[in-house]
Amino acid sequence: MSAAIPRQSCDVAVIGGGPAGLAAALGARRAGASKVLLVEREKALGGILNQCVHDGFGLFLYKETISGPEYAERLIEDVVKEPIRVETGAMVLDLSAERVLRINSRAGYRLVEAGAVVLAMGCRERTRDQIEIPGTRPAGVLTAGSAQNLVNLQNLRIGREAVILGSGDIGLIMARRLAFEGIAVKGVFEILPWVSGLERNVRQCLLDFGIPLELRSTVVEIRGRDRVESVVVAEVDEKLAPVAGTERIIPCDTLLLSVGLIPENELARRAGVELSPLTGGAVVDETLMTSTPGVFSCGNVLHIHDVADWASFEGFAAGERAARYAAGERGGGETVSVSAASNVRYALPQRVSRGLAGVEWSFRVRRPVRDAVVEVKGRTSGRVYARRKFPRLLPSELQKIKVGPAVEEDLEVVSP
Amino acid sequence: MSADRHPVYDVAVIGGGVVGCAVLRELSRYELKLLLLEKASDLAEGISKGNSGVIHAGFNVPTRSLKARTNVAGLKLVYELAETLGVPHRKTGKLVVALADEDRRRLEELKSQGDRSGVAGLEIVDEAAIRRLEPLARARWALYSSHTGIISPYEFTIALAECAAQNGAEVRLEAGVEAVAFEGGLFRLSTPQGTFAARRVVNSAGLFADEVARLAGIDAYRVFPCRGEYLITDKDCGLRLGMPVYPVPPRDDPGLGIHVTPTLEGNIILGPSAEPIEDKFDAASTRPVMARLKAEAGRLMPGLDRVSYIHSYTGIRPKLVDPRGGDTFADFVVEESPRRPGWVNLVGIESPGLTAAPALAEMVVAMLGVRLDLRLKPEFNPERPVRRRFAALDDDKRSRRVAGNADWGEMVCRCEHVTRAEVVEALRNPFGARTLDAVKRRTRCGMGRCQGGFCTPRLVEILQDEGVPVEKISKRGSDSRLFTGRIKGGT
Repeated sequence: MSAAIPRQSCDVAVIGGGPAGLAAALGARRAGASKVLLVEREKALGGILNQCVHDGFGLFLYKETISGPEYAERLIEDVVKEPIRVETGAMVLDLSAERVLRINSRAGYRLVEAGAVVLAMGCRERTRDQIEIPGTRPAGVLTAGSAQNLVNLQNLRIGREAVILGSGDIGLIMARRLAFEGIAVKGVFEILPWVSGLERNVRQCLLDFGIPLELRSTVVEIRGRDRVESVVVAEVDEKLAPVAGTERIIPCDTLLLSVGLIPENELARRAGVELSPLTGGAVVDETLMTSTPGVFSCGNVLHIHDVADWASFEGFAAGERAARYAAGERGGGETVSVSAASNVRYALPQRVSRGLAGVEWSFRVRRPVRDAVVEVKGRTSGRVYARRKFPRLLPSELQKIKVGPAVEEDLEVVSP
Repeated sequence: MSADRHPVYDVAVIGGGVVGCAVLRELSRYELKLLLLEKASDLAEGISKGNSGVIHAGFNVPTRSLKARTNVAGLKLVYELAETLGVPHRKTGKLVVALADEDRRRLEELKSQGDRSGVAGLEIVDEAAIRRLEPLARARWALYSSHTGIISPYEFTIALAECAAQNGAEVRLEAGVEAVAFEGGLFRLSTPQGTFAARRVVNSAGLFADEVARLAGIDAYRVFPCRGEYLITDKDCGLRLGMPVYPVPPRDDPGLGIHVTPTLEGNIILGPSAEPIEDKFDAASTRPVMARLKAEAGRLMPGLDRVSYIHSYTGIRPKLVDPRGGDTFADFVVEESPRRPGWVNLVGIESPGLTAAPALAEMVVAMLGVRLDLRLKPEFNPERPVRRRFAALDDDKRSRRVAGNADWGEMVCRCEHVTRAEVVEALRNPFGARTLDAVKRRTRCGMGRCQGGFCTPRLVEILQDEGVPVEKISKRGSDSRLFTGRIKGGT
């Protein structure tokens, strides 16, 4: 390695300056880390919050509801008060298991050695090809988040008549946003029998604007040579396969996709972090540390959250733990593994120190259920460590369950 | 008629695919006034972008056919040119695998056909050798071809044109020929960019070569479009394919059969299907074929049903025989029209046209040389300005680039690690190709797993910084515009 490349060091490096990363940098400071570096690839801090001009953020963190940019601003105000080194327009290109970061920005290309690292890179959207929509490849097919950036941050008119595939929150929010701007939204189509986004968004973004929502239906073909001219939608059967004879042509010039979010874990992979196929994020212990020592994960890069506040709470915790790691604190010891069973899609953390009491799990269900009893049980003993009744569980909502007693064995989180 | 504004060209090439661009570069060695007319908003927008990107050895086509001769001659030339022009490529070798017992005999036939055509490096190999050569492939027997390779077909095409442009050739985009007239021994080619006069014309219009010939009064050809669909995996899909793996060409398939091919970046390409279509513009992917690609490619290499696919694309072959008929073979047509002396048609240049292109170019130049005074240009530069990708540089070089120009420090594409400097350079290409797809083909922006989700908004900003108005920003020219105006403040 050439001596010409600048090498720096820090106690805690936080990768990503969105709701999780901002909180992680603050958490690290609060736990006593003196040199905290916060790296953000966009020109401004805030992450995706900056394009979320709608209301609904902050209910849990600030006990009031504010817009995305306002939510970001509050965290940023706290960050700039601290001696945190903030680098924007800077992208971490590589992270090694030894916690060496390669960072590129207009200020220069350099290596940074970190005592601990917090991953907070967020997620990306599933694309047209990942869900394999047949048809032509015209302009006018874009993910809901890209559309949100172009409309809200760049003031651009992305089309005249739109169809939205998928009922994720960004798609619902964008349906309303387009309606505001006089772009006709001809319908939101969701392949599942239930909505992927939050109920409040269905109400406030679709029902209030008279935008039709069709469940159990999907786009089976995109048509148009240069620009989208129409899409073909069809109903699907129980196996989610299109039902022949139900096809309908909907003329439009824009197709927005809100068909899922994927934690963006390229750097985690490079650092050898074990990833969970269920969450797409890292496998973590109760300190949010990944399988690579000193590397922590929080926010949407760990698992997809329903509201930003929870990503921030996770960020505070990860930052604090990272600071303690950088200061030399080591957990060690034996761990038990935690798995999800039946209707529970995943439960996080996936590893917990044996003998620890008062652990709280985040979990999501696969299908909606009413009056469900969720249990945390010993996988072999069948002993019930925690039991909580929920009037209703929805796949769109991230839920919590807390275990009082010390955990002594491998566990599973179960829901009917 | 605006012909007077332009000079009279010695040769006009119609069509900016790999063949047209190879002809243009070959001609740019000589003291000639050259023009290339391309209908689309960039080069390589047709057949040259929609294929497997394989440098063929030449054993698949009948010995003594023009296809075989230009393929075998072109093989050596493509490797040399890729080296000279700095186009990423790799000699990977290739396996044609026998999936059924009777295929073993077909392998022998292919090998002897190749041997007769002068293809070097062919060998029948057994199961153990297959595992050693390509651990992902499964078969009892295979034909191994050591000289087969892979190349980015659109980068190769663009590089050929850039070299020609550097040597004085002119390239006009969005200049499809709409009418042809003859006046005073000159061909007058009308395009949306004006009318251009040329002494000689090379028609390498690919799928539309028959229609372009007809404009010149040559009603001798009919191109049958035959669509091939492809799927492409994420480069981190967990499977590392080292070389293309083909089945024995199915007898009822007008192509070589659905195969798997690695890209230089590590993706795996599945395809193509072969389906006769009516409309030359019908580049749609279809649900049944997407399923078939996975099923058939899965027979060559297990595990493909579990990986994630990041993109689908199609290519349309220009067939000279109706694929619905009994015949599947038709040779390349390269001929000067007896009706229109000085007008050369290249028709039906399907696979192995990518490999054959440099040899076809030499052939065309020899034909034109009969009537043209070909004087070598002493200052001919066979290379082109070499561009290095940021992603391919080591730490030291990256650091020095950024120190010299901060644009190398601004990451635009997070998936493929493309910098602003590379995007700006791509936008300032000598042909004026300023579409999103033009940037994508030159830099890989948008080819990664987010498929442009994150970099498109940034490219939109850079395009405006480079002087492209919002209303003109398009995916690939004509009506593929991204925006209908602004939300607030003006249209």
